[in-house]
Amino acid sequence: MGTPTLGHYLVLSGLLFAIGLAGVIVRRDLLIMYMCLEIMLNAANLSLVAFSRFSHQVRGQVLVFFVITVAAVEVAVGLALLVSLYRMKRTTKAEEITALKF
Amino acid sequence: MEGFLFWFAALVLLGSAVAVIVNRSPVASALSLVTMILALAGLFGLLGAYFLAAVQVWVYAGAVMVLFLFIIMLLDLKAEEGTPLRPLGVGAGLLILVLLGAGFWRAIPSSAWEANSARVAEANDATSIGHLLFGAYVLPFEAVGLLLLVAMVGVIVLSKKDV
Repeated sequence: MGTPTLGHYLVLSGLLFAIGLAGVIVRRDLLIMYMCLEIMLNAANLSLVAFSRFSHQVRGQVLVFFVITVAAVEVAVGLALLVSLYRMKRTTKAEEITALKF
Repeated sequence: MEGFLFWFAALVLLGSAVAVIVNRSPVASALSLVTMILALAGLFGLLGAYFLAAVQVWVYAGAVMVLFLFIIMLLDLKAEEGTPLRPLGVGAGLLILVLLGAGFWRAIPSSAWEANSARVAEANDATSIGHLLFGAYVLPFEAVGLLLLVAMVGVIVLSKKDV
């Protein structure tokens, strides 16, 4: 087990992103889909930090800082939407929310 | 030692990410997500980004996950029983996993990056991030602050009884 290289971190980040994407497709619960979105954002963060470390630039970490902030905003607004949706429809299943379905 | 820590954190990371999807109970999924976030914070620390590792634990494991658990308790979500993962969805998910994994595997950077990795970045601590945040990136920083304010107002409006 040698020292992990940039390739290790990038493959790990890609696998994590794929797991998150698969989760959004497989699961039908809006809350779980939000969690999978978080997984994908975290995967992108991991590759940014790895690039920042291996190119010796702190700027990548500043970008990760912004991504974390925006992710927190997204969760707050998304969960508020979810709660008001639940008040109307009494469900959080994506397939039972069909108001916009043609 | 660094190699062992990397593989350990990577295993926990991927395992808990899969557990988020596979678990039928929302609370178990949320706790798996906390495990994933802690493993990722460990990887950040391994990469020398100690400040981001701390922020990751504060913001994600602290604030965001408490919000998730709060909503789960508030809506009183039950575990999905009797609704198995749809086979088509599982197949599509596995296909994406394989395709993306293969793509990233092929995209492993050439030796230029690896030679560079021998030197350890020294000054990537909170001080230099702070200098960048309040120096070169002060405008995006203020914009993010405004975004937080807008989101807060939006959440309050959304949470009112009669919108």
